Amino acid sequence: MSFLYYPGCALKSSSKGYEESLLAVLGQLNFPIQELPDWSCCGATTYMGIDEKKAFALAARNLALAEQFGAGETVHLVAPCAACYLVLLKTQKYMAEYESIGRTISAALNAVGLKYEGRVRVRHALDVIIHDIGLGEVRAAVRRPLEGMKVACYYGCQVARPFAEFDDQHRPRSMDDLLRACGAETVDWPAKVTCCGAMLTGTIEQVGQRRSYMILHEAKRRGVDVVATACPLCQFNLECFQGPMSRRYGDEVKVPVGYFTQVMGMALGLDDRRIGLDRLFIPLWRPVAMV
Amino acid sequence: MIRTNQTPDGQPKIGVYICHCGMNIAGQVGVEEVTAFASSLPNVVVARHYKFMCSDPGQELIQADIAERGVNRVVVASCSPLLHEATFRQACAAAGLNPFCFQMANIREQVSWVTADKDHATSKAKALVAAAARRVALHQPLERRRVAVRRETLVVGAGIAGIEAALRIADSGKKVYLVERDSSIGGHMAKFDKTFPTLDCAACILTPKMVRVARHPNVELVTLAEVDEVSGYVGNFTVKLRRRARYVTGACTGCGQCEEVCPCVQPNQFEMGRSQRKAIYRNFPQAVPNWFVIDYGACSGCRLCEDVCEAGAIDHEQEDEVEEIQVGTIVLATGFKTFDPRILPQYGYGRYENVYTSLEVERMVNASGPTGGQVLLADGSEPKSVAIIHCVGSRDKKTNPWCSKVCCMYSLKLAHLVKQRTGAEVYNFYIDMRTPGKGYEEFYDRLLEEGVQFVRGRVADITDWPMTEAEEGKLVVRAEDSLIGVTRRIPVDMVILSVGLEPQLDAHQMRKKFNISCSSEGWFLERHPKLAPVATFTDGVWIAGACQGPKDIPETVAQAGAAASEAIALMDKGHVEIEPNTVEIDEEKCSGCKTCLGMCPYHAISRDDQKGVAVVNQAMCKGCGTCAAACPSGAIRQHLFTDEEIYQEIEGVLSYV
Repeated sequence: MSFLYYPGCALKSSSKGYEESLLAVLGQLNFPIQELPDWSCCGATTYMGIDEKKAFALAARNLALAEQFGAGETVHLVAPCAACYLVLLKTQKYMAEYESIGRTISAALNAVGLKYEGRVRVRHALDVIIHDIGLGEVRAAVRRPLEGMKVACYYGCQVARPFAEFDDQHRPRSMDDLLRACGAETVDWPAKVTCCGAMLTGTIEQVGQRRSYMILHEAKRRGVDVVATACPLCQFNLECFQGPMSRRYGDEVKVPVGYFTQVMGMALGLDDRRIGLDRLFIPLWRPVAMV
Repeated sequence: MIRTNQTPDGQPKIGVYICHCGMNIAGQVGVEEVTAFASSLPNVVVARHYKFMCSDPGQELIQADIAERGVNRVVVASCSPLLHEATFRQACAAAGLNPFCFQMANIREQVSWVTADKDHATSKAKALVAAAARRVALHQPLERRRVAVRRETLVVGAGIAGIEAALRIADSGKKVYLVERDSSIGGHMAKFDKTFPTLDCAACILTPKMVRVARHPNVELVTLAEVDEVSGYVGNFTVKLRRRARYVTGACTGCGQCEEVCPCVQPNQFEMGRSQRKAIYRNFPQAVPNWFVIDYGACSGCRLCEDVCEAGAIDHEQEDEVEEIQVGTIVLATGFKTFDPRILPQYGYGRYENVYTSLEVERMVNASGPTGGQVLLADGSEPKSVAIIHCVGSRDKKTNPWCSKVCCMYSLKLAHLVKQRTGAEVYNFYIDMRTPGKGYEEFYDRLLEEGVQFVRGRVADITDWPMTEAEEGKLVVRAEDSLIGVTRRIPVDMVILSVGLEPQLDAHQMRKKFNISCSSEGWFLERHPKLAPVATFTDGVWIAGACQGPKDIPETVAQAGAAASEAIALMDKGHVEIEPNTVEIDEEKCSGCKTCLGMCPYHAISRDDQKGVAVVNQAMCKGCGTCAAACPSGAIRQHLFTDEEIYQEIEGVLSYV
C-alpha cells in the first residue's frame, strides 16, 4: 500500500509549521510517505464556488498523477490541509457518482495525456495517523507525555463535513483520542466544528473575526493551554487576529493555536524547530509541570 | 410436436368474448376486427364482442353459449385478471362449466391503455386472443380443495394491540395464546400517565383490560416467552414457544418482601435506566401478571429472597422450556421501539444530563414513575424553562424519513403536563404541527391558549456554550425560527427530545419466522395498503398496531379489532379453500435431489425420505411455479401452468405476429 503526500499550497508557505511537524512526526513513527511529484493547486474551496467544472479538473489532475504510483493498486493520497482534503475528496466522489461529471473531467484529463480510473483514496493526515499507524504505536512512541497540558481540539468545518469519512460530523473525537494518547487532557467543548470564519476574515472582517473570537473566547473560558487545529486556514484565523480581536471586543485574548501534529511532536520529544514551533506568533510552551 | 386438440373431454369448443370496456378498449382496439379474427381460430365455435362483458347481460352471453351451443372453453379478452377473473370464473361455474376451463386475455392494461397506434393495438389484441384460445384448449377441469381451520389463535405481543385482539377473539369463544416477551403485559401504553387528546389516565383505561385478559378463561397468557419457530399453514400452524425461566412460580403473591432483601442493584430498564431496581423485581406495582422475576444476570445467588418468601414461590432451579402449540390463526402485534437519540450527537443526549427522551419524561410525569409524578432536573430542582424538540429521528433522511405520526400530539400532551406541574415556560420546536384526528387540532388550540410557545424550525443543536450571562449554566437551543426568519438561541433548563417510532430491532427475524414481508425499514407489510391493511401475504397471519407502522392508540385498537374479526371469521367458517393452481410431483420422475426444497418461498415442499421423493403440501403451495421451473428432471407439473399450456400460449402469440 503506498501513501503519497499532497502538501497543497498552504503547507509550502503560510503553514510551513504544519508540513514540518507532520513529516517529522511521521518520520519518528517510521511511516514511509513520499511527496506527490509535480502536484498542482487543488483550487481550494474558492474555485469550487466560482467554476465547479474547472475546479474538478484542477483537482482531478492530482488524482490522476497519484494513481500512476499505484501500479494498479489503491493509492492513498494524504492531504493534511482541510480544504485540499475536501476538494480532492469531493472530486473523487463526484466523478464516481455523477456520470456526466466523470465524463467531462476524464475528457479534460485526456487532453493533457492523463487518465483517472478511481483508484485513489483521499485521506486526511488525522485519519492516517489514527487508522493506519494506530494509537498503540503513537502511545509507544511518546517520550515526553503532555501531562498537565489542557488541549482544545478544534476540527473546523471541512474535516468531517459534509463527508464524515472517519469521524462523526457533529462530535468528532479522533484528534481528542490522539492527543489523549499523547498524555494531554482534552476538553469536551462545543466549538469543535464551529466555523472559524474562513475567508470572511479577509473579506468581511467584522463577521469573520467574530466567528474566531467566539471560539477563542470559549477556549479561554475553559482554561486551555493550546487550541490544536487540523487546517491551515483555521490556524491562521485563530492565531493571527488575536490582537485586533482583543481591541474590537474589549477582551484580552491570548491563546496559543498550533497544529495537532505540533502538539504531537512535543510529546514525541521532537526538537521545537523540527516541528515549527518557532513559527508561531503566540508561543506554545510546555506547562511548567512538564518541564 | 405440440398437440392442440387433445383434451380430456374430446374436442374443445371455444367461445371468445371481446369486451369494449366502454371506450376504454373499443376506443383503441378494432373490436369487430378482433372478433372476426377470433372466429377464424381453430376450435373456436363462437366469438362475440360486447360493451361491458362484466355486466350481467355480458355474463349471460357466455352462459347462453355454454347452455345452447355446447361451449366448453371460454376466453374473455378484457381487463386484468386481477380485476375480473373471479367474476368470469363464477359466471362459467353458474352455467355448469368448470371455472378453470376459462382464460383471460388482458387487452386493456396491456394493450389499449399503453399502445398509441390503433392498428398496432388491434394486432396486439389479436395476438393475445390467439394465445389465450390455444392455451384454453388444453385447460383441464380442476377442483378447489378444502382445509379445516383450528379454533385456536396465537397473539404475539401483549401491548394494547395484542391485548385488544386477544380479548376480542377470546370473547368469541376461541382459545387464545397471548405471548409476551417482557415479564409483564401492557407494552408502551403501560408506561404512560395520560393519553392525548382527552388526557384520560392511561392506567385507568389499560389496567382493567390487562386484568381481564389475564383472567379470561379462553386466554392462556404466556409472559417471558418468545416464538422460536413456526411451521404449518393457514388453519394448522405449529408454533414452538420458548418460555424463559422466571425463577418465580405462579404462587407469588406480589407482596414484595423479596425485593426488600435483595442486595443486587441494577439500572431499571422499564424506566429507561433512569432509576434503579433490584435483581428480583417487577416492572411496576400493578404489573400483570403480578409475579416477581429474577434477572439472573444481575443475581448474586445469595438466595435471601428464598428465605423471606412465605409463599415459597422462588425457584432458582427453573430452566427455559420449549413448548409446542397448535393454532389455526396468528395475530402479530409486536409493536415498535423508540429512536435512540445518541445517533444525533448535536442534541447532546447522554452528554448533557438534563436532555431527556419523551419516554423518560412520560415516566417522570407518571405517579408510579421514578420521581412520583414530579418533573425534576438531574439536581432534583424543578425546571423553569423546558424545550421540546419535535421530529427527533423522524422526517430526516439521515435517520428515518417517515413521520412518526404520534410525536406532535404526545409533545403537546407533555407540554401541557410539564406546564401544569412546574409552571415552567415551555417551548415546542416543530417542523409542521401534524394534528389530524378527532379532537386533536382542538387540543393544539388549547395549548396555544395555555401560553405554550411554538417555534417553527428544526433545531440545529443543543449546547452548553453560553454567549451571554443569561445563558450561563443553561442548555441553549439553537434553531431557525422560520416564521420570522431569524436564528434563535433559547436558554432552557431541560430539553425533551420527542423521539420517533422505529420498527423493533428483530422485526426482520420475526418476519422470517412468520413468513411475512417487511418494508425495507422493517415495518410489517400489509397485503394491500388501503384495502387489506391488517392481512399479510401469508394466509392466516394478520398484523395489528405499530408493528405495521407508527400509529396512535385509537388506530391501534381499531386495527387490533379488525385483525381479530378477520381471524374469528376464518375460524368460524371452519375451512379454507385452496386455489387448485398448485404443483404435483411425478414420483416416477422425481430423483429426490431436493433442488425444489430450497427454491420454495412458502416452505411447501418436503422430502419423503422413505420413498426418496419430494412431497408438496397442497395447502401451503401458492402456485408460484418456481419449483416447476427449477426441477432438473421435469418432474413437477403445475396445474393451469403446464409446459404444454405455456408453449401453446407462446405459439399463439408467435402464430400471429
